[in-house]
Amino acid sequence: MKNEKLLNTLLGPLSKNNPVAVQVLGICSALAVTVELKPALVMGLSVTVIVALANVVISLIRNTIPSSVRIIVQLVVVAALVTIVSEVLKAYVYDVSVQLSVYIGLIITNCILMGRLEAFAMGNKPWDSFLDGVGNGVGYALILIVVAFFRELLGSGTLLGYPVVPQCVYNAGYVNCGLMMMPAMALILVACVIWVHRSVDKDLQEK
Amino acid sequence: MATKKYRCTICGYIHEGDSAPEKCPQCQQPASVFELIDEGKPAKKTINKNSNAYILIFTTVIVVIVALLLSVTSGALKDRQNDNVKLDTKKQILSSLPAVDLTQGDAAETYARTIKHYYLLDAAGAVVRTLDPVIDFDVKAAEDQLPLYVADVDGATKYIIPLHGAGLWGAIWGYIALNDDKNTVYGVYFSHAGETPGLGANIATPKFQQQFEGKHIMRDGAFVSIGVMKAGQVADGQEQVDAISGGTITSKGVETMLQSCIGAYEPFLRQASAEETTNEEFGGKEI
Repeated sequence: MKNEKLLNTLLGPLSKNNPVAVQVLGICSALAVTVELKPALVMGLSVTVIVALANVVISLIRNTIPSSVRIIVQLVVVAALVTIVSEVLKAYVYDVSVQLSVYIGLIITNCILMGRLEAFAMGNKPWDSFLDGVGNGVGYALILIVVAFFRELLGSGTLLGYPVVPQCVYNAGYVNCGLMMMPAMALILVACVIWVHRSVDKDLQEK
Repeated sequence: MATKKYRCTICGYIHEGDSAPEKCPQCQQPASVFELIDEGKPAKKTINKNSNAYILIFTTVIVVIVALLLSVTSGALKDRQNDNVKLDTKKQILSSLPAVDLTQGDAAETYARTIKHYYLLDAAGAVVRTLDPVIDFDVKAAEDQLPLYVADVDGATKYIIPLHGAGLWGAIWGYIALNDDKNTVYGVYFSHAGETPGLGANIATPKFQQQFEGKHIMRDGAFVSIGVMKAGQVADGQEQVDAISGGTITSKGVETMLQSCIGAYEPFLRQASAEETTNEEFGGKEI
């Protein structure tokens, strides 16, 4: 029973309670980092780590936080964590930190973090909160990867920077779709993901 | 035994009965927020978490802890970070030389072997300070001085000029290596702080940078730079490369950066090409 609940905490956000496709959170960063697959992967991974850590920290001090300043406290914890992680990356894996540069800042403003801290970590034990953070981070990363896959494939004809569309197709008159590179296409693709998701999972359809 | 007492942890309401009430009559919180008061001991003095004093103390404590953590992390890692930044700058300088393979060996060692001189020039193109490229790596050029690196690639002299400019979202920078005729581009390296991935950020790709190789920055002895042009446009009076489609502002930023940064070296570049006609052994001469 206990395990089942924990499993649900971890796996729920992957599909039934996906932060992007169902709760429609974190759309802003989904626009910014999904032009190519690589930044999407990096961003997905960093958000997973940060949201899990922040969930644990907030969950540990949840009983001491005065309710009138809880949002500020959550923000301070997230910002401190992000800064520390970024400093450590800079000192030990400089190449990665260079790639992350902008995205690290974007993590602080990611609505998913604040959403999970406020909705879950404030009322649950650290271990549950950790699983919830990992689940939501991975759920977010999944959508990012799907969107980035199509944007990079159709927009640049590459995947992870490697050309996948053969030259003969270009010779036959195929042109990369420049529209895919524009931020608006990320929204349209997220909408397509939500559409497919809801037609597969009938429970999610609103009556 | 008498009825048990339950206290609401949110508002402090005391309920008497066998179990906690379904809802707190004062603050409407569910039964889970009630705690059993042990009659044996006096009730623990609870702190009102929403009082101003508590909030003030709590926030102060949190801020002090966070500030301590951040300063300790920053202080402990500063040296490593600075070393990384230095190493990265060396790698970037070397990246403007297409023949140098950075994947093999230690970058710092490759740098020491390849970069032979580090000069600071004045506005007229004369050397005002001769520095050691390794020991004096940290020496920054003063406002009216121009830094210049001289590399030796397989016996040929290459001049490396640092570039700084603005893209769409933030800074862009790079290095341009010129052959010893001080006219032909040997190679370029561009990087950026946060240009749009897939669009402006493509200035950092080899595909964009390789276009510059072999282009000429001088025409009839005067500096004309290199144009970064949209497909179909033809530059007037200068050689050109293709801009990045969808990255117009970043591409223009690169063009402006080349124009202004290399432009400052014009006296030096002209003096060089003038000297070259009279002095064939320029490469061996101390400039």
